[in-house]
Amino acid sequence: MTEGSTTEPGAGSVATAGGAASLEPPSEVQDKRLGGWGLASLFLLPALLALVLFVVYPTIYTLVRSLFSDDGKSFVGIGNYTTMFSRDATLTAIKNNVIWVVAAPTLVTALGLIFAVLTERIRWATAFKFVVFMPMAIGFLASGVIFRFVYQIDPHQGVANAVLVGIHDTFISPSEYSGALPRPNAGVVTQGGAFVLSRPVSAGQQASLPVVGLPPTKIPKAAKPAQAPVSARADAISGVVWLDFTPGGGGKPGVVDPQEKGLPNMRVEAVSGGKVVAKAKADDQGRFTLTGLKSGGTYQVRLAASNFKAPYGGVDWLGPKIVTPSIIVAFLWMWAGFAMVLIGAGLAAIPRDALEAARVDGATEWQVFRRVTVPLLSPILVVVLVTLVINVLKIFDLVYVIAPGDVQDDANVLATELQRTAFAAEPQLGLGSALAMFLLILVVPAMVFNLRRFRREQR
Amino acid sequence: MSTTNETTTERPAPPAEPEFQREGVGRRIVGFFSGGIPQIVLLLVALFWLIPGVGLLVASLRPESANNTGWWTAFAHPDQFTTHNYTQLLKNNTMISAFTNTVIITVSTTILVVVIGSMAGYAFAWMEFPGRDWIFLIVVGLLAVPLQVALIPIAKFYNLVGLFHTLPAVILFHLGFGLPFAVFLLRNFFAGIPRDLLEAARMDGATEVRIFIRVILPLGLPAIASLGIFQFLWTWNDLLVGLTFGGSSARPLTVAIKEQFAAFGNNIDVISSASFLSMIVPLVVFFSFQRYFVQGVLAGSVK
Repeated sequence: MTEGSTTEPGAGSVATAGGAASLEPPSEVQDKRLGGWGLASLFLLPALLALVLFVVYPTIYTLVRSLFSDDGKSFVGIGNYTTMFSRDATLTAIKNNVIWVVAAPTLVTALGLIFAVLTERIRWATAFKFVVFMPMAIGFLASGVIFRFVYQIDPHQGVANAVLVGIHDTFISPSEYSGALPRPNAGVVTQGGAFVLSRPVSAGQQASLPVVGLPPTKIPKAAKPAQAPVSARADAISGVVWLDFTPGGGGKPGVVDPQEKGLPNMRVEAVSGGKVVAKAKADDQGRFTLTGLKSGGTYQVRLAASNFKAPYGGVDWLGPKIVTPSIIVAFLWMWAGFAMVLIGAGLAAIPRDALEAARVDGATEWQVFRRVTVPLLSPILVVVLVTLVINVLKIFDLVYVIAPGDVQDDANVLATELQRTAFAAEPQLGLGSALAMFLLILVVPAMVFNLRRFRREQR
Repeated sequence: MSTTNETTTERPAPPAEPEFQREGVGRRIVGFFSGGIPQIVLLLVALFWLIPGVGLLVASLRPESANNTGWWTAFAHPDQFTTHNYTQLLKNNTMISAFTNTVIITVSTTILVVVIGSMAGYAFAWMEFPGRDWIFLIVVGLLAVPLQVALIPIAKFYNLVGLFHTLPAVILFHLGFGLPFAVFLLRNFFAGIPRDLLEAARMDGATEVRIFIRVILPLGLPAIASLGIFQFLWTWNDLLVGLTFGGSSARPLTVAIKEQFAAFGNNIDVISSASFLSMIVPLVVFFSFQRYFVQGVLAGSVK
């Protein structure tokens, strides 16, 4: 990415640069000049003061506070911690945090690895990296706002559902007549989504199915003025399905008036004994003929439910069920660039000789990737994972911004739960402190990892 | 953004293989991917990365009346585009004062963190005092401490000293949690400055303060720039600290935008334009100082 990263393997590159020098035994000159705390304290005081006041002391305070009741007056031992593990809200938060920690860091690292490897094969890698890395700069709030818009449920507003609906409707054409209703008091009733003529029809007779409730925009262009059905043969039922509404008013209900239009392609079914025995589609005048029936038999005639099915509306991204995965996608969008940059720097530092040697030995590209590249990258993959785990444990902003108010309960994580308990109208400071300590305990392994890595680099 | 790839794209193509060689699944996948496929995959990925942001930008340039239709329909009606939302935003006192707060908070925090962090970094790298290495290890340990741990006690402390809901409250908190990273990054970079340069300055009789200003700061500039940009973006984009300690009198832009969410849907014009305002500064910083930003990411992956 930069001069620095081409020569040094990624994370901690600056750290490694000169770490070794400083822990060497001090030179004689230094010993004479510097010793004791005198001058050093001048340089250190502001930093140490701020660190003690804002980080060290509050941590100890929170630890102690977590052992006291919410009002701070009585010592409750681990009471707050047992409360924490028995409240539904906290358990949801812990469950969601587990989902976050398992899914987000691995997915981000995997994406980063894929991007880093693939960008080595294209000419516009710089532009690509730029685009993918940019969300890191704009931060959680702006990213959250962006995804709040993306996830709007109305496919005419949220781009995620607009894309889904577009794809869906390309393969499964949407029902043309959704929203239509049977003409009331005309002998047609709805049954399981279908419009059923309540009077049974005998073969050789006619059926009239008036429909209302379609706005003019939904009438197919092909529709022509409806015409009364022609008389049918003895083994068929003929009929008409039409929009029983005269623009401007004046038509008679249940009667095919001159200005009323037929409903083309309406699927009509004849049912006998619960089974569909004949199917037909209405023509442009709304006429249809159900054939192959027994002469003299009686049938139920209905307009199939598929005519009226509500259109596919996409996915309720921010609904209670999948709100957490949806927010994790926003996190991937933000952080994949970070993983890509670190892993890319690591890739650039892999000695080409190792790869060439493997290729000369007849290894396939996949084998080279699997057996040489990934093992050589593993230290950096671990660093990326650990960094992301620390990050994800503390995740607050994205959840707080993206989850709508009524879904906050379902999207709850530890950091948002802490905010909701400790900074509510009636603050629960004991419980809040316990939650904060729990977060701290969770990052301790990552902290130990950092310390060990740092000490190793010093040697 | 990248010079790394130049070395890698030039490597020779893999040697041709006998046709009848057994093809594993992985081999086939790689074969599939080595043609034009990476181009197409990455193009789709780039689109996925760009579209959400473009959507917000377009939404912010549309009139409120168009909010019930998707932003992508705007391209069919280019006459719809308007800067009305932005001119309205400039008249919105809440947003403007929040923007001012963000600027004050971010600039002050960045300066304080850089100055105090450099001083401490120098002491840890080049001064001798008892317990130096142990204290520094503690600082490394503090890197991972979640700031949530300090929210309750510091809120109490601010209440006590009358700082709650003031700009200094937000700035000082950022300072405390910015310092571990600052000290860590700068100490490691300063320690890599050649010893000879410092020894020479000391032989010439330069004081520690003079060495710090004349030798360490100029030579440490790349790391200081990385830190400054990182700290700037981190503070600018913060929501939690501002939310907790800013209150209504010192709320940064992020908090003001979040407050608009109470009526989400009716005020897309405000949310989209204000969000874009909050993104512009980080984006400009990112575009201008990308090199240092990336270095900061590479060096500070422990945060």
